Amino acid sequence: MTLVAAALAGERRALARLLSLVENGATEGRAALATLFPRTGHAHIIGITGSPGAGKSTLLNRLAREFRNRGQTLAIVAVDPTSPYSGGALLGDRLRMRDLVTDEGIFIRSMASRGHPGGVAYATRDVALTLDAVGFPIILVETVGAGQSQVDVARVAHTIVLVEAPGMGDDIQALKAGLMEIADILVVNKSDRAEARQTVRALQAVLHGASAAGHHGPAMAEGEPEAFVGGWEVPILQTSALENEGIAELVDTIEEHRAYLRKSGQWGRILKRHARAEVETWLQRHLLLLLEERVGEARLEEAVGVVLRHEQDPATVARELLQPLWSPEEK
Amino acid sequence: MEKKIRVLMAKPGLDGHDRGAKVVARALRDAGMEVIYTGLRQTPAMVAEAALQEDVDVIGLSILSGAHMALVPRILEELRQRGIGDVPMFVGGIVPPDDVPALKEMGVCEVFGPGTRTEAVVALIHQILEQ
Repeated sequence: MTLVAAALAGERRALARLLSLVENGATEGRAALATLFPRTGHAHIIGITGSPGAGKSTLLNRLAREFRNRGQTLAIVAVDPTSPYSGGALLGDRLRMRDLVTDEGIFIRSMASRGHPGGVAYATRDVALTLDAVGFPIILVETVGAGQSQVDVARVAHTIVLVEAPGMGDDIQALKAGLMEIADILVVNKSDRAEARQTVRALQAVLHGASAAGHHGPAMAEGEPEAFVGGWEVPILQTSALENEGIAELVDTIEEHRAYLRKSGQWGRILKRHARAEVETWLQRHLLLLLEERVGEARLEEAVGVVLRHEQDPATVARELLQPLWSPEEK
Repeated sequence: MEKKIRVLMAKPGLDGHDRGAKVVARALRDAGMEVIYTGLRQTPAMVAEAALQEDVDVIGLSILSGAHMALVPRILEELRQRGIGDVPMFVGGIVPPDDVPALKEMGVCEVFGPGTRTEAVVALIHQILEQ
């Protein structure tokens, strides 16, 4: 039996090996994904993101338990940063998921970001697709501790939960332009802390500030299609992952969001956005490979020399480097 | 994307001292490996299941409680049941010299005692995986 067939038959070891091949971008991994792709598109992929220390792993652990209590099986993909110095990584998300490990209805996979700056790894989507193809109906993707611009989880997930801890204060302003724009559900975790209410209010101010501008300000004229045509009002929930409070409500809200996406047609729009991003990504990758094959390192070095000696500007030099990619009749 | 060496670092048993495991985990990361750290008080089934799901190349166990002669065979058994009995394993911690041959007999590649330089662990892993 091939690895793909064994993974589809529910063999966990085969699935684990397959995920490695997919993650490493090996030829076999790509071939497997090509085979599996028609089987994808059924899972609800939920992204869990937020600042380092907000309690994402602990919350995810509770979420997973709650989904299991409701009879769902699920997979977890937890991403941690790769060290830019050594290329190694310390993947510690399992520390907070110890009670999920031996549950046969759950499959957990840790991933290193491997140099990708967007909060997930290049291969996170491919890993999620593989888990989707083998039949996990819910996939939770935990990003690295993310700052404002690490929004690539939007290329993977259908529902994005942004988790913050109390005491963020002004930092929330910083999130406004990045993570908060992609969030479908805001969660203030560690709600047992005194400053939790304050954080909720700060988030409300930012959210309503944004929508006030939408209703009365110039933003309305420009349409703000995502926020208004969609008609999903981003809720702010409070949880205490440690005390297991607010978790059932969060799962309810995630399920409401899924139902909303389906009903409103947003689901289709997200899929289209994902598909477009994927095709563009692969175009770039294929082009880079083609460049390596047809142009090669020696000519690239030569071109760098030309720029270094100020003989030609870099844009012109790059254009000329691309000549071998065009077949004669297309020129 | 190149293949990275993936290592599971686990602390089975009941002792609560994870300093050594963390030092080794950091050293392996600094040597360019991806280290999955599972934390304290892992049961043999938890260690084996994590090794399976993470598809690791090597398993490192840190055992300071003195229970190595009981824990190691149980972990090996759990690994075999999952069809991954061939994943190489090393043990670090406090192991009396007399127990070392028995552990190696069971299939443990190497036993590291107190004072081991982390470079030795890195070197062992490279050596095992080159074979």
